[in-house]
Parts: sequence; structure tokens; C-alpha cells
Amino acid sequence: MPTTMIFVPGNNPAMVQNAGILGADSIIFDLEDAVSPDEKDAARILVRNALRSVDYGSCERTVRINSVDHPKWKEDIAEIAKGNPDSIVLPKAQRMETVEMVQGALEEAEDGQRSIGIIPLIETAEGVERVFEILCCSPRIKTVIFGAEDYTADIGAKRTKEGSEILYARCRILNAAVAAGVEAIDTPFTDVNDMEGLKEDVKVAKSLGFRGKALISPRHCKIAMEIFAPSGEEIEYALKVIKTINQAEKEGKGVVALDGKMIDAPIVARARKVLKLAGMEGGNHE
Amino acid sequence: MKILRQTRAGSLESNDLMVVMKPLGDREGIKLEINSIVQNQYGDRIREVVTEVLKRNGIMDAYIMIQDRGALDCTIKARVETAIKRGL
Repeated sequence: MPTTMIFVPGNNPAMVQNAGILGADSIIFDLEDAVSPDEKDAARILVRNALRSVDYGSCERTVRINSVDHPKWKEDIAEIAKGNPDSIVLPKAQRMETVEMVQGALEEAEDGQRSIGIIPLIETAEGVERVFEILCCSPRIKTVIFGAEDYTADIGAKRTKEGSEILYARCRILNAAVAAGVEAIDTPFTDVNDMEGLKEDVKVAKSLGFRGKALISPRHCKIAMEIFAPSGEEIEYALKVIKTINQAEKEGKGVVALDGKMIDAPIVARARKVLKLAGMEGGNHE
Repeated sequence: MKILRQTRAGSLESNDLMVVMKPLGDREGIKLEINSIVQNQYGDRIREVVTEVLKRNGIMDAYIMIQDRGALDCTIKARVETAIKRGL
């Protein structure tokens, strides 16, 4: 479950080989916007070779392929599947059929390997409107990313740091993701030097319910991870909830309260999520 | 497999290499020139990696010039493979 996913240009050997030490949970090797049209072949070969030989430690390894309207998107999949990444990131995912086409190409390319995941990148008005059906159409989808730059260009809105123009899309994607049992990752903050702006943007994403943030700069990793990590207070409360509920179960009590407030199923589920994010999965911590 | 046209792949950025590949006639063999910032330490290894990629792709006759800027094996393999594919 990533909280930070960093884009790395797929044709830059220095960045590709060092991607595992940038501080993000997940790497997105980019074959799309970060690669010029006449270097697409070189990038997919470089990324495939790196995936096969570089040790990225515990980082999740994903690759953003070119969208299905690019003439060579199938070559991306054929080449990248040989490197056995965890997932491919599908840009401009806007219909169920798009995901199904990509899933078909992956099935052809995988040749009996483990199943490669699909992470739809929702970045068009149509994609936002169809997001729930997109997320439900393949068991390979465990994560979705929102891409605000292309989205605002598509709807004709000016992108602002405050982000009111993307609130509807953020909420709709998030709601669909929760309903589909998929983790939602928020759009990157694109001003590399504005750390205060980044903090505000990550706080908004977390308050809306996003599980993490896509990033375009290694300088953004630490701030995003700190904000998404549960606070000491949140962990302490979650531990108390789990302790209370475990005790109630032992005593055969149906209803319990903590600090005068009833502990019901959603509160327990939230506590377990907090402990999972804090790396204290299981919830039986005294 | 035969290299039919002159190609290049890669760059002179740090951790990358530039590969220039030119066609040679039948049975002229492989002519490989390597210029690296780590020539003394890794010159033999670079030669080994390039030769292995040429062999795996069935290239018997070609002139290859490598300008290396400290690339890892996986980058060397990738750039030579790209140059071959562009030259077929």
C-alpha cells in the first residue's frame, strides 16, 4: 500500500538506477510524458533492463506506459512485461474497454509469470465520470491515481494551488475507489520549490481520504510521507480502540464504549487502518 | 542479423553511454572501440558486456564505438540493444 509514488523519467539512466533510494514507497518509471517521441524505444529497453537487474529493495516497481491512442503502446507492454514489474500505470484511463484492452495485452505478454497489476490514471472528464466502472472491471486494479494537470486541461479550467477546480474530481475518484475497494493516490503537486504549498496540498488530500500522493520530485517525498503517516495521537487512540474491543470480545460484551463514546464497526476499521499505516498491522498490540 | 545503417543510442550524460554503430561487410567481424572514464578499472568488463549483447542478437559484422560515462551493465546492455534494433 504505497503512500508516495514518484515519477522517474524512463530514459535517464542516473535516475532509473537510483530510483530505489529517492525515499518513495513506489517508483513509476515513465515511458510517456517524460520521454521524447524519438527515444521511446530506448526508454522501454532501458527500463526493462533495469527492472531485471537493479535491486530496488522494498519499493514497488511500476511503469507508466503510453496511452492506448499511442501507436506503440503494445510494444511498451511487450517489452516491460519481460522485466516483471509489480504494475503498469495506464494513462488516460477513461473507459472500461481501455482497461480490458490493456489487460488482454498483459495476458499475452506475461507468459505464465505472476499477474502484473494495472493502475488506472484518471485524468480526463470522461475518466472521472466513469471511474467506478473502470475500477471494478479488473481484479488487477488495486490502486488508482488522479492526474489533475491533464484533467484541468480537458475541462478547460485553470490549475490553481488552492485546487477548487479539482475538488469534484478528487471526491468522485475517492468515493469510487472506496466503493470498489481500491486505494486512491492523489495528483502530484507540480511546483518543485514550494514546500509550504506542498504541505497544504498533501493535507487537503489526506483530509479528503486519499491514501497517498504521486510525486514528481524526490524533494517532496519526506513531507508527503510525514503528513500521510498517522500521528502519535492517532496511533495511541487506535491502540486503545483495539484493546477495548479485544477485551469486550473476551468478556462476551456486544456493545462497548471508550472515553464515553460507543465503539462501533467503522471506528474499529479506522483504528485497524491507522495501525496498518503505522506498520503495526494485526491490531493486537498491548 | 545484419546492421544495415549507421545508428546511435544513448547520451553523454553521467551514468549513460553513447553507442555509435556502423555496418561492415560480410566476415569483416566486430570492430569495437571503447572510450570510458573508468577505462582502467572497467574497460574489459564493458567489452565483455557489449560482446555478449552483440552475440545474443546474432551480430557478426559491425563497427561499434562506445563513449562511456560510468554506466552500469544494465544501461550498457540497453543502449547497445537499442543501437542494434535501430540499425536492422
